[in-house]
Parts: sequence; structure tokens; C-alpha cells
Amino acid sequence: MTDQTPVLSFRGINTHYGAVHILKDVDIDIYAGEMVSLLGGNASGKTTTLKTILGYVQPTTGEVLLDGVSVNDWSTADRVAHGVSMVPENRRLFKRMTVRENLEIGAYLRSGEDLSTDFDRVFDLFPRVKERLGQKAGTLSGGEQQMVAMGRALMARPKVLLMDEPSMGLAPVLVAQNFEIIERINKAGTTVFVVEQNANMALSIADRGYVLQTGRIVLADTAQALLQNPQMREAYLGEV
Amino acid sequence: MDRVFRVCCPAVVAETSTQNARTRRFRFNWVDSFLWFIRISAIIAIVVGLTGTIQNFLDGQGPTVEQWRDLFVSSISTGAMYGLVALGYSMVYGVLGFINFAHGEVFMSGIMVGWIAAMLLFENGLWDANPFISLAIVLLVAMFTSTLIAVLTEKIAYRPLRGSPRLIPLITSIGVSFFLQYAFAGLFGVGLQTYPAPPGILSEDINVFGVPIEGTKLLVIAVAILAMVALWYFVTKTKTGRAMRAVAEDKEIAGLMGINVDRTIVTTFAVGGAMAGVGGLLWALLFRNVQFITGFLPGIKAFTAAVLGGIGNLPGAMLGGVFLGLFEGMGPLLVLDGLGIPAVSQLKDAVAFSALILVLIFRPTGLLGERLGSEDRA
Repeated sequence: MTDQTPVLSFRGINTHYGAVHILKDVDIDIYAGEMVSLLGGNASGKTTTLKTILGYVQPTTGEVLLDGVSVNDWSTADRVAHGVSMVPENRRLFKRMTVRENLEIGAYLRSGEDLSTDFDRVFDLFPRVKERLGQKAGTLSGGEQQMVAMGRALMARPKVLLMDEPSMGLAPVLVAQNFEIIERINKAGTTVFVVEQNANMALSIADRGYVLQTGRIVLADTAQALLQNPQMREAYLGEV
Repeated sequence: MDRVFRVCCPAVVAETSTQNARTRRFRFNWVDSFLWFIRISAIIAIVVGLTGTIQNFLDGQGPTVEQWRDLFVSSISTGAMYGLVALGYSMVYGVLGFINFAHGEVFMSGIMVGWIAAMLLFENGLWDANPFISLAIVLLVAMFTSTLIAVLTEKIAYRPLRGSPRLIPLITSIGVSFFLQYAFAGLFGVGLQTYPAPPGILSEDINVFGVPIEGTKLLVIAVAILAMVALWYFVTKTKTGRAMRAVAEDKEIAGLMGINVDRTIVTTFAVGGAMAGVGGLLWALLFRNVQFITGFLPGIKAFTAAVLGGIGNLPGAMLGGVFLGLFEGMGPLLVLDGLGIPAVSQLKDAVAFSALILVLIFRPTGLLGERLGSEDRA
């Protein structure tokens, strides 16, 4: 695995909001087919990490690499076109548009191409979405919206799927169902990078995990090892 | 301070807080009662005015049936023109959340430059030889000019302000409005420029289902409907239209989908400008003259129409335009005349804006506006 080029990596990333130092010397490597979790509490820099991957935040030093190529000066659209897509926190669907339109927007950069196989893939994962195609996205339940948000991201045929807090604002049953689906997406060959506060859930399906604390990676290991790690258990898994 | 007060006199604090709770429960709300007062007086005034007018009509006074019909048709056609201009306000508001007060000047610029084209065609005899081709050329020139001005104002005046508080582009748009007015005054002079008389066929009446309608009005209504259908198709069925709606809802996520947000915003201004250009041709057909200040009042009225219909809502803008046309065209004779007010036609602007206030009192979100949830309110 080590001689492979990572699909996505951070090399010594530092970011600042004004004078505030957010990410501090962050190194992350994500390899093709992996499921990696980034764990951390509030204000640890999780969202900034995602924004840096997508180019909404420019690192002050360090490089973001996609397939080994530095993309620091690429626009967000270029990065999306290269195969990075995100399921945003709280889903953020286009509520006044239909479910079909939401999905079509997901494949915006490939508009005009035949999208039927992509639609089929989404319907396969989320049969419920097919029933709701003509409905306005704002009228769906939270769980259904989450499915559409994931479907929308998959429509772009991402190489890396970024998930921002997939458990946020959902009932525990739906959270479990959600993670099951993420696992299936990953098994089907999409690399997944999950940013989560719910460490237990995230690690139960991930291959590896990074733990972010006030902008610094404090732990990086396989999911199994992290679940066993006493420091980890104390701080994030809610055990004493 | 407060803390000290609380510590020394806990009893007093407790008393005032219960008092607050009591006053809150039984508070008499002045604003609400005032609004109810206005609502009820408006209804009474309208009912009394209408009854008076109907009484007059039955007594054989006032306008005849034919005159009412013509008034209705011309109100609708003026309203259709307002509606087209209103679309630009509504679209820009939908995407950027501010009112582009320079839009009236975008409309005026189309009429102005269209006038040059019309005069050239007239001098070459084409205006009379091929009236419809000439009108089509004037339409294209007006649309092109308005689109260009709209796109340029976005690039020069509004783009550098992206991300600043909404009040700032709003004030800037007023500045742009004045700049354009006086730039056109400098280029074209301050006098009224008059379009050549429209081709003869248009001043004749055309029978529509047995109702004779003046050709010009019919053309205006037809062009407005066509433009609206084209816009509807563009916004709902094309890739760019979808991108535009996505950007209007959530710029950040739209960008995340690979949509070029800046380009989409320019497109929005361009399409709004093109619609104003079409509105410009309709203005030329209906009123035939243009001056540097021509954009001001129709611009404000189109803005009113956009609010009337529910700002941000495109069918609403069109509907708001037609309603405003009807209010200002028919309102004075229909209601004010019946109240015995003299020289009612002078009051059409007052009626138009009173209609705005009334609609907003009865229905604050406009005719087709959706109630904004707290998360949509930005």
C-alpha cells in the first residue's frame, strides 16, 4: 500500500483564519478504496480540513495533492471535476428543486451525457429516492434528504467521497442505516473520507482513522487499533 | 449594576418580572390594530367606490362598455411590460439578495439605442416597407443593449462588492442608476426622442374571439407571453437555468457541484437585461417616446410589481406586473371615481403604489411569494 500514490493527501498543511491558526502541520494520506475517518470534537478543525480539500480555504503553507498532483491553485470546480465530491453537513439539498433536479445537478459537470447508469446506481442504493423523484426536495423527511444528498454526491462519479458529519441531526436508527450505506458505497469501490464526531460509529466501519485536536493530528492508526487505544477510549468513545 | 441591584432587592426584581409577564400577556398591540384599521378602511373605501362607479354606470354616466374594455386591454398590456422588467428585479434578488435599482436604466438604455435603430430603419424606408422585420431588428438591438449594460454593471459595480453587506450593493445600484441616467442624458440630450409611428396595421383593431383589440396592444401582450414562456423554458429545462436556480438557493453548495457561480450570476444579469430589452420594445410600441429619465418610474413600478408578485418568484413577477397595470389603469376610474374624487387619472401613480402597500398589508409575502422559513432568511 505504501508504494501506491494516495488519491488524496495533505502535506504539512497549515491554515489561518486571520490571525487564528486553525490547522497545524496536518498530514493525511488516503489511498484508493479505503474508508478513512477524521475524528474530533467541536472547533478541532474538521470542517476546515474539508474546506481545504475543496479549495474554499487556501492553506498558508503545505500542499493538497490529488493523485500526487498539487492542486493548491485549482478552483473548486476543477477539483470537483477531478473526482472529489462532498455530502455536506446537514445535507443542504436544493429544497425548492425536485429530487431529480438535485441529482442532475450532482452530475452538473457531465450534463448532456447519458446519466441513466448513474441514476440506476443511486436507485439501487436508495430505492426510496426513485419514488420521490418528482417531489420537491424540501418536502422529504430528514432520512430521505440524507439519501438524496448522498445520491447527489455519487452522481458526480467521485474518486473520493467526502462526508461531513453524516450522523448530524438524524435519529439513531437512521444514523446506523446511514453508515451501513456508506459502507456499501465504499465496498462498491468508492474511496470514502468521513468527518465525524460520533467516533464509535465512524470507526466501526472505517479502515483507518485520524484524530484531530485543536488543529493538530494527535492520533493516526487503523480503526481497530484506535478503538482499543486507551487514550482514545477515554477522550472520544465516552468511556472512563 | 444589574447584579448588585438584584442582590440587594430580590423582592423588587421578582415583582417587576411578574409584572413584565403580565403586561406581555395582556399587551395591546398598536401595530396590529393599526394594520387592521387600514385593512378595514381599505375594504370600505373599495366597496363604496365600486358601488358608486356601478351606480354611475347604471345611470348611464361615466365610461361606456367599450371604453372599459379598451381600458382593460391597455392596462393588461402596460402591465405585461412592467412584468417583463420586474423579472430582472426578481431574478437578481433571487440570486444576490439585493434590489438592483439600476434595472430601470437597463430598460431605458434598450429603448434609447432601439430608437437609433428605429430612426435608421425609418430613414431608409424599411420601417414602412417591412414593419415586422424592422420591429424585430429594434427588438434585437434593445435586447442586446440592455443585456450589455446589465452585464457591465454587474462586472464593474457589483462583483467587487460580492460578500459585502446587502445594503452596500443596494446603495451602489442607486449610484449606477444615476450614472446611467446622466450618461444617457449626455449622449442623447435631455429632450424626448420620438419613435417613428408604428406600422399602420398595428393601429387597426384586430378581432380576437369577436372582441376588437388594438393591434399594438395585442402585439405587446403576445410578445410578453412569448418572452415569458421562453424564460420559463430556460429556467426550468436547461442546464444553465438549473444552475441559476441552484445558485439562487445555495451558492456554496452550487459551487461544490462544479457550477461556476460567478458565470451563473453574470448569466442572471444578462437574462434579466434581455427581458428588460423586450420590455423596452413594448414601451416603444405603447408610448413611442424615450428620454434619459424614462427608466425611473417604470423601473420603480416594475420593482413594485416584483414585490407584489412575491420577490424572487418569476411567475409572480409577471403576475405582479399585470396586477399593477390593472390597478393603475383601472383603479382610478373603478374606485376613486365612484368616491367622487375629481381628475382621477392624475392619481394613477398614487393608486399603483397604494395597491402595493395594500397587497403587502394583506399578504406580506406578495401574491405568489412563499413564506420564508428562518433558515431561508439568510
